[in-house]
Order: sequence, then structure tokens, then C-alpha cells
Amino acid sequence: MSDKEPVKSIITPTRTEYTYTPGPSAQRSLRALARGKLVGEICPSCNQVYYPPSGACARCGVATRDEVEVADKGTVTTYAIVRVPSENIDLELPYCTAHILLDGADIPFFGLIQECEWDAVRIGMRVEAVWKPESEWGLNAENIRYFRPTGEPDVPFEQFKEHL
Amino acid sequence: MRDVAIASFAQTKYVRNQVELTEVDMIIPVIGDAISRSGIPKSEIGFYCHGSSDYMAGQSFAFVGAVDALGAFPPIAESHVEMDGAWALYEAWVKIQCGEVDSALVFGFGRASMGKLRETMNLQLDPYTLGPLGIDSISLAALQARALIDAGKTSERQMAEIAIRNRRVAKDNPNAQVTGDFEVEKLLAEPTIVSPLRKHDCPPISDGISAVVLAAGNHIGRGESKPVFIRGIDHRLDSHQLGGRDLTRSPSTKLAGERAGVHDGPVEFAELHAPFSHQEVILREALGLGDEVVINPSGGALAANPMMTAGLTRIGEAATHIAAGKAGRGVAHATSGPCLQQNLICVLEGE
Ligand SMILES: [Zn+2]
Repeated sequence: MSDKEPVKSIITPTRTEYTYTPGPSAQRSLRALARGKLVGEICPSCNQVYYPPSGACARCGVATRDEVEVADKGTVTTYAIVRVPSENIDLELPYCTAHILLDGADIPFFGLIQECEWDAVRIGMRVEAVWKPESEWGLNAENIRYFRPTGEPDVPFEQFKEHL
Repeated sequence: MRDVAIASFAQTKYVRNQVELTEVDMIIPVIGDAISRSGIPKSEIGFYCHGSSDYMAGQSFAFVGAVDALGAFPPIAESHVEMDGAWALYEAWVKIQCGEVDSALVFGFGRASMGKLRETMNLQLDPYTLGPLGIDSISLAALQARALIDAGKTSERQMAEIAIRNRRVAKDNPNAQVTGDFEVEKLLAEPTIVSPLRKHDCPPISDGISAVVLAAGNHIGRGESKPVFIRGIDHRLDSHQLGGRDLTRSPSTKLAGERAGVHDGPVEFAELHAPFSHQEVILREALGLGDEVVINPSGGALAANPMMTAGLTRIGEAATHIAAGKAGRGVAHATSGPCLQQNLICVLEGE
């Protein structure tokens, strides 16, 4: 190689390790999830219910501490059919991701939709969680395998337009 | 120049390892405290700016999470620096000087305990020639300390005495992390971590948050404590190539000090962000601070060194010192980068 050839890249190996702790709200919520419960938190200022809870109401900038259980069923507020593979995601293509407004919550929760034709998925559709067997529950969101249609009538957009 | 005052200062107690709370959990009470003591209603805060580094949390865009603490609805004007909160204060000060706003909340935060700080700090080095050597933050500081000792500007004994003084006065600082009375002979009998640095020459690893509210115009004087005015502020940097610098000197501190007008009046005290004991010697020389100047009434960074806000804490502690009537005029300093690479000087004065 000529020394006039530009150096186009170098490799600098680097590795950093972190020990992450998620804080009291996420910990309480994860422990509840391991018991099959979806426990969010309510803002003392604006009464919005957050699931999953982060410990704060981003709208008001105040701490949320009072727990509120939300349902494991809800309404699709938006969705996407994913047809391209992605690193670290071990799902058969295509698959459907959705924002689901769980009954009792004020912000949508991220989930997968299955047991449904892709062209039948729609905004306003009612869905319910399909859980892993109880013996497999752990401290993680994968306790819910996916959501499936309930067959209930669709919810009109007007009823959830403030919760997108 | 518009008069800009530090209206209030709030901080957490600094601890080695805050595993109970998230950053947002920590930020909410501190900024709430700073805003309420500023006397400025939250709805009238014109600008928010904070300093932090995603490398502390090991998550990209971790800094955005902090906005959850601000109550950003209806929308607020907000900015971030990937630097110590002292530079966030500088950005806010510029915005106030431009006449865009009359008040600002500034804060900095870090939970350095989540990673291995000595290794995390390697990632700030240039990725081509210096970073790949794997050199850590204490080793770099040790190179500087060795050069300073060889130049006859300090000694291991003087460095120990600096650590002792800072940690002794920190006994009066309820938020400090490492405090107490130590004996120089005992400290010098301890082994070195990276020669010539011993444990006492190095800062603690600290998790914590601090916040300042700046006020201009009609907002000045609304707070619980007397306003403390920023009479000059400037920041400068030296080369990031450590081989290209004389590590025993800090030209950037000297220049920033001159531009900020450090000696336009009497300097009664200085809050110096010197994480390593020998760096206090370099900063004193660069700023021309004689023996009559009280250094670090708070105990400085050797008593608590919250990454990304230890510099802002120096400004807040200096303002608190003046507001309490303990001094009329003083200097606060913040540093960033390896071996005092970048330096900010803020001259503060009471009414
Ligand atoms: Zn709220």
C-alpha cells in the first residue's frame, strides 16, 4: 500500500461496564409484574396514571409515588407491521408492534400483537395480554408474551386522542 | 453587561453509591428546592440548562431523561451541555446577557458509581493516539503530579497537607462525603495508588446533584438569601493532547481568570475545582492567589467530587459563602477534561 493512501479507519477496542439500578418506582412495578400485576403510579398534580412508572410525571415535574393497578387489556393507539430484520430482535418476520393504552392508564404501553391477520390490526382495536405460564414469570416485561384481539367493539378515536 | 445574580443554590448530600434513587428521583427535590428559594415562580423561569454525561449512566440520551424532572408542559426552553453544570451556567448566563430571558435554572448531575470511573474517564481522550493506550484518570493525574514535584513546585508532603486542610474544613459542610482530621505523617506512610498519588490525593467517587437559579432584571432580590452577582465569567481550554502541554501550568485558567477580572478587586476566597491535591497548587499559581486567600471554605472536590456538577457546586458554594456574609468577593473555578484541560472562572460579589 502506498503511503499516500489515506488511513480510512482504525480500531480502538474499548469496553465499559455498568451496574444499573432502576430506582424505587420501577423496582416496585417489576416486583408486581413478577406477581402478574401491572402497577403504575398516579401524578398527585394532574392525576395522570403512568405505566410503566418512572417515578416522575414528565408533564408536571413532580414525583409520583401512589400506586395504581392498571388492566392487562387496552386499546391500540398506533401500530406498525415490521418487515425488516433487526439485530438483537429474535422475532419471526413480519411482526406487529403497537402502542396499547391499558385500561386505567393515561399513556400507552409498548407491546406485540399476535393471533390476528396483519391487515386486520387497526387503531382503536381492543386487545388483551397473553401471559407466559405463571411458573415462568420473572422480573421483566417478557412475562407478557403478546397482546391479542378481544373481539370487543372498537373504541372511537375521540375517546383516546389525549392519550397518544 | 446585564447584572446577573445567583438567586439560590441547592444540592444533594454526596454519597459513594446512590443505588436507591434514579437521577430523576434525585433531581426533582433539588431543583424544587432551588426554585422555591429563588423566590421566582416556576412558571416564570425563562430557561433551563443542565450538564451531564451519558457515559456516567452508560446509556445514550440518558440526559434527555432529566427533562422528566422539569415539568416540560406547556413546553419550556431547555438546553444541555455534555459538560460540568458550570458550563450550563455559562450558557444560561450568555442567554440572559443576550436579553432573551431574565431567569434560568441550571443544574448538573452524575451517578458515576454506575460505571468504573477511572475507566469511564478514559473515553474522553482522543480515540486515535491516547485513548487506545488505556490510560485511566488517576494515572494521568499522577503524570501531572510527578511533573509538578520534579519542577520543585510541590511535594508529597504539601499535597497531603492540602488534602488534610480541605477535609478538615469539610467537617462543617453537611453535604460533603469525605471529612475528618488526618495526620500528615500517617498519610505519607500510606502506599501510593499511582505514584506519587496516594488515596488522600485523589477525590472520592461521588453521586449527586446541584442546582443554581440565575436571576436578572426584576427577578433580582426576590429570593430567601441575598443575591450574589456574577461580576465576570470566562472559560478557556488547553490542548487535549497532553504531550503538547506543560502539565505543571494552566494557561487556560490564567487567561480565563484575567478575562473574568479576578484581580479587578480583592480576592477574599476561592472555591477551586481541584479534584487532585496537586492541582490546587497549579490553580493558585495560574490565578495568582496568595497565602491571604482562603481556599475552599466548602472543602472542595477532595471532600466530594460529583462528576458533571462538582464545578457548578463550587460556584454555588462560593455564592452561599458570600450570601451568608462570610465574604464580600470571591472566585469560583470549574474544570473539565484530563489534567485541568478546560477551565472556567466565575467572579462573584455581594451587594
Ligand atoms: Zn402530572
